[in-house]
Amino acid sequence: MAATKNELVGRSTGDLRKLLKDKSVSSVEILRAHQDHIAHLDKDIQAFLCLTPELAEKQAKNVDAMIARGDELPALAGIPVALKDNMCVPGYKTTCGSQILKDFEPPHQSTAVTRLFDAGAICIGKTNMDEFAMGSSTENSSFQPTYNPWNKSYVPGGSSGGSAAAVSAGFSVIALGSDTGGSIRQPASLCGVVGMKPTYGTVSRFGLVAYASSLDQIGPFARSVEDAAITLSVIAGHDKRDSTSLSKYSFGEINYAKGLKDSSAEELVSGLKIGIIKELNGDGIDADVRKTVQETAEIFTKLGAKVEEVSIPTAKHALPVYYIIATAEASANLSRYDGVRYGFRDENAEDIVSMYMATRSQGFGAEVKRRIMLGTYALSSGYYDAYYKKAQQVRRLMKDDFNKVFSTYDLVLCPTSPTVAFKVGEKTADPLTMYLTDIATIPANLAGLPGISVPAGFGAQGLPIGIQILGNTLSDAILLKAAAAFEKTTEFHTKQPPVLLAQGK
Amino acid sequence: MITVEDVEHVAKLARLRLSADEKKLYTEQLGKIIDFFAELNAIDTTGVEPMSHALSVTNVMREDEVETPPGHEILLKSAPDRDDAFFRVPKIGD
Repeated sequence: MAATKNELVGRSTGDLRKLLKDKSVSSVEILRAHQDHIAHLDKDIQAFLCLTPELAEKQAKNVDAMIARGDELPALAGIPVALKDNMCVPGYKTTCGSQILKDFEPPHQSTAVTRLFDAGAICIGKTNMDEFAMGSSTENSSFQPTYNPWNKSYVPGGSSGGSAAAVSAGFSVIALGSDTGGSIRQPASLCGVVGMKPTYGTVSRFGLVAYASSLDQIGPFARSVEDAAITLSVIAGHDKRDSTSLSKYSFGEINYAKGLKDSSAEELVSGLKIGIIKELNGDGIDADVRKTVQETAEIFTKLGAKVEEVSIPTAKHALPVYYIIATAEASANLSRYDGVRYGFRDENAEDIVSMYMATRSQGFGAEVKRRIMLGTYALSSGYYDAYYKKAQQVRRLMKDDFNKVFSTYDLVLCPTSPTVAFKVGEKTADPLTMYLTDIATIPANLAGLPGISVPAGFGAQGLPIGIQILGNTLSDAILLKAAAAFEKTTEFHTKQPPVLLAQGK
Repeated sequence: MITVEDVEHVAKLARLRLSADEKKLYTEQLGKIIDFFAELNAIDTTGVEPMSHALSVTNVMREDEVETPPGHEILLKSAPDRDDAFFRVPKIGD
């Protein structure tokens, strides 16, 4: 019996792959089911900035032709994916949530996107984000806010809030986001899905609009650890177009999903030593969240891991270090938006400097201007040593702290976000309050480490809580194993938000 | 503490034009954020090598192979204004 449409939404890549292989459904039917779901319910969530139906249709028909021919199906054949709108896809706009790029159609395609498409994924659309990925709530998009699928009065987190909400609401099976200071993990936590920032250099940044180049990293969102691992395996690997991408010798075999399904939770964590970061589990972290960290530690202990408290003394200074380094890099990266080669230009200016100033003043939103000025200040003559150099030195000390811990421990645990999702508008008036929401996610970016957030509980108003697991450089596979073990032992990931439950009704 | 003049100077360096209201708001907000940065002063970083990147990648070598670039037509398609094969801008000098 052919599956009905609403049975096709909210499924895993493995389920859909089996249905496609059995020929119980076609790739086009899977696409339609997701498109219908979006048409009914995205008006309430506003996860997407644009849909890509022409491309999706072509890709789905191509997968169906492969099935008809009896071809070997690639890893993500027929799987609907949503892409954060800072990743380039030719033929559609890449706005980065900004007025300055509101009509920009890129001539090139992101390497991560090319790899997804080559693996048979179906591009559903481009998702909303804080302008230039600067924000923690997706309220800084210059086009629209996105709402949390669990409760529409709350934010989805950010900056990849559109991608997190899309996966949570079942608008796509997987999504890509980018994470500079927590922009994948924090919204994943707030929307009750899995989100991972791989080791810096794992996924090519070619075709990703730059925010802070030494911190930016692309990663997956999914409703299960296995789906995140499958997606990461597709997008990871050296790219000659990104000189900071890791060499092929760094990786070995790229198969992050290997063994996740077939091993028991105990096997997956066997022999692991896990630290709980003391500095990220105290003041400023909600009681609900601290309780979740404790319960998670108990689960890992029960599964056979050795869990102890560890110290990363510099972690408590991560926020100022990040907001100096990220804004300094951003002020340089965003100097390219000058109205000359692409994007918005103010047409009334008489000379070129007036044109630059008029273009940038109208094209950038308040938070982007704030960060450009902060970064310009930190790099300016007389302040460079006091701010930028100082921050880079503390960054080194933090990396040293992590190295020390990872000489004894395989992984560390900490909260992803200090709180559950906050109310729309609650933190928009004071930038510093918003910055504080990144306190636990930033250290991984500064040190280039892999980090994953997995659903681990529910707090106030029934809103999801995520737990964060960090690992040493290139320990992404171990991280995913521990996350998968946790998922096998708990039921949090099986709970669905009202929006997903409402589909098809 | 930073002043309105500091904000004006930084805005000029960053090629941003600010309204009077924006100058006032940013002076206050940037002041608070920069004060917050001051906690780093308490950390002893004597002799610590600044870390500019997550990876210690230095020179990245590749084969010197000929490739076909996309060509200027495709790149000029996004230009706000053009003239033949060039980007067109308002006057640069008098």
